[in-house]
Amino acid sequence: MSQSTLNRQTASDDQSEERMPVFQSLTAERVQAIRGDFPVLAQQVNGKPLAYLDNAATTQKPHVVIDKMYEYFSTQNGTVRRGVYHLSEISTREYDLARAKFAKFINAPSPKEIVITKGATESVNLVASSYGQQVVKSGDAVLVSGLEHHANLVPWQQLCLMQNATLLKIPVLDDGTLDQDAYDTLLNTHDNIKILAVNHVSNALGTINPIHSMIAKAHEKGIVVVVDGAQSTPHMPVDVQALDCDFYISSGHKMYGPTGVGLLYGKMDLLDAMPPYQLGGDMIRTVSFEKTTFAPPPARFEAGTPAIAEVIGLGSAIDYIESIGVSTIDAYEKELLHYATEQLNALPEVTIIGTAPEKAAIVSFKVEGVHPHDIGTLLDQEGIALRAGHHCAQPVMDRFSVPATARISLSFYNTTEEIDALVVGIKKIVKLFK
Amino acid sequence: MSDYNELYQQIILEHNKKPHNFRIIEDANAYSLGKNPLCGDQFAVYLKLNQDNVVEDIAFQGEGCAISKASASLMTKALKGKSKTEAATMISTFHQLLTGSLSETSAKDVLGRLTILSGVKQYPVRVKCATLAWHTLSAALAGQEEATTED
Repeated sequence: MSQSTLNRQTASDDQSEERMPVFQSLTAERVQAIRGDFPVLAQQVNGKPLAYLDNAATTQKPHVVIDKMYEYFSTQNGTVRRGVYHLSEISTREYDLARAKFAKFINAPSPKEIVITKGATESVNLVASSYGQQVVKSGDAVLVSGLEHHANLVPWQQLCLMQNATLLKIPVLDDGTLDQDAYDTLLNTHDNIKILAVNHVSNALGTINPIHSMIAKAHEKGIVVVVDGAQSTPHMPVDVQALDCDFYISSGHKMYGPTGVGLLYGKMDLLDAMPPYQLGGDMIRTVSFEKTTFAPPPARFEAGTPAIAEVIGLGSAIDYIESIGVSTIDAYEKELLHYATEQLNALPEVTIIGTAPEKAAIVSFKVEGVHPHDIGTLLDQEGIALRAGHHCAQPVMDRFSVPATARISLSFYNTTEEIDALVVGIKKIVKLFK
Repeated sequence: MSDYNELYQQIILEHNKKPHNFRIIEDANAYSLGKNPLCGDQFAVYLKLNQDNVVEDIAFQGEGCAISKASASLMTKALKGKSKTEAATMISTFHQLLTGSLSETSAKDVLGRLTILSGVKQYPVRVKCATLAWHTLSAALAGQEEATTED
């Protein structure tokens, strides 16, 4: 068992839950070596070295992932779980190996509890459709946090509309943390809540939610908890057994793998009782013209030919992340966050939105007198890629009365020099708009 | 920041900072609220047309980036005293200029200094910023009280 796992399991309150053991960060030399593993990062954009600061949207892919997919298509392309010939056998083995790697990565008890989907969005939709329609009935409620990405909000909202249920919200405090007192009150005043949907890390603000204690409280009331881990999985240690979450959702392309792959961890007793999400090949046990019996999880939820090369590519991405070490990544990205926060706070025109004490390396901000879209276009001229917009989280923007923000989201391949370039760029823009 | 000049020219920056006709017309007889759902920006355009369908007054209000605000400001300046028919020609010419189907020189006769916004066509994602106010104007002239860049 890893040190972080031990730490998680002995966690007894919100503070210690989020406290990580001290892991060594990355040296500047190591970061330069790592950057060499990512072909995209070597280029210039508009005559300036690319500073890619939009990792919450998607992460870049290391050589090993690209090479693995090239190798797959060049030497072993065959569909999974069907052929009895060499190509199919080798594809099936590698596909299942990737599933097992992810199970180990989040400390799931078994690879059978990992459903492979086409994205984190589909993972949420799967749970909302299959599990949601089964348990949420007229008069029930679903509780979501006010920090959710549209992907972990709209499926629940539409489920409630369909089932004549109520959608409840955990409000957000001024610093971007979830109001835990309001959460307690919601739990104590509503005995009809069936599901809590909450993200581990807010994509818009970077807040790390105290999900360990939130899950424990929800379970006391018999509420099933769906955690959107799209922003946490590649950036900090995740242990689904220590968290005791019922469902945990991740995105392949946000963890240095290809697009087209999402992951869903679900406790076996829950998965096993759920009806299929989509129907077709690969998810059946027997089919006659009149009747079909369905395969056990995870196959029951994986109808049709999956994104085989992408899943295998993701397996290599997980190996790559583990070769650096998630705890090391966490430590280094925290240092970058600290540096970026300090540097941006030093600019009088900049206001950071989301100042929670526990944050992942995401900084949302506004610049006085300059619209985020102008910041985005102007920084692009400096080779800096950041996100300007509502981050698919319009209710979060409404909460802070802004139409949009500029947002940087950092990875282990980012450097303090890139943050310095960002600061220089913002200073130029402020001057230009004066 | 010389490389920014093509898009963020001084005129655009000035109009962003001090937009012209940035107000409400209380007795407007044409109005529309335009939204760009992709970014949440929105402008209201107010018009006062006389009995000969000539724009006697035009103004706008709302929130948007420098490109959208400068475009709206320049638009209101250029529209004053124009007939409804002339306005329609300007709207279509402006769209043609920004989608690249009309050159800056050819558009100059109709649009005058508004052609300064033609730099936006180098930035496809920002074209809708520049056209938001124009979509809204078009809707207001057609008697529609709501407009969107996503039609």
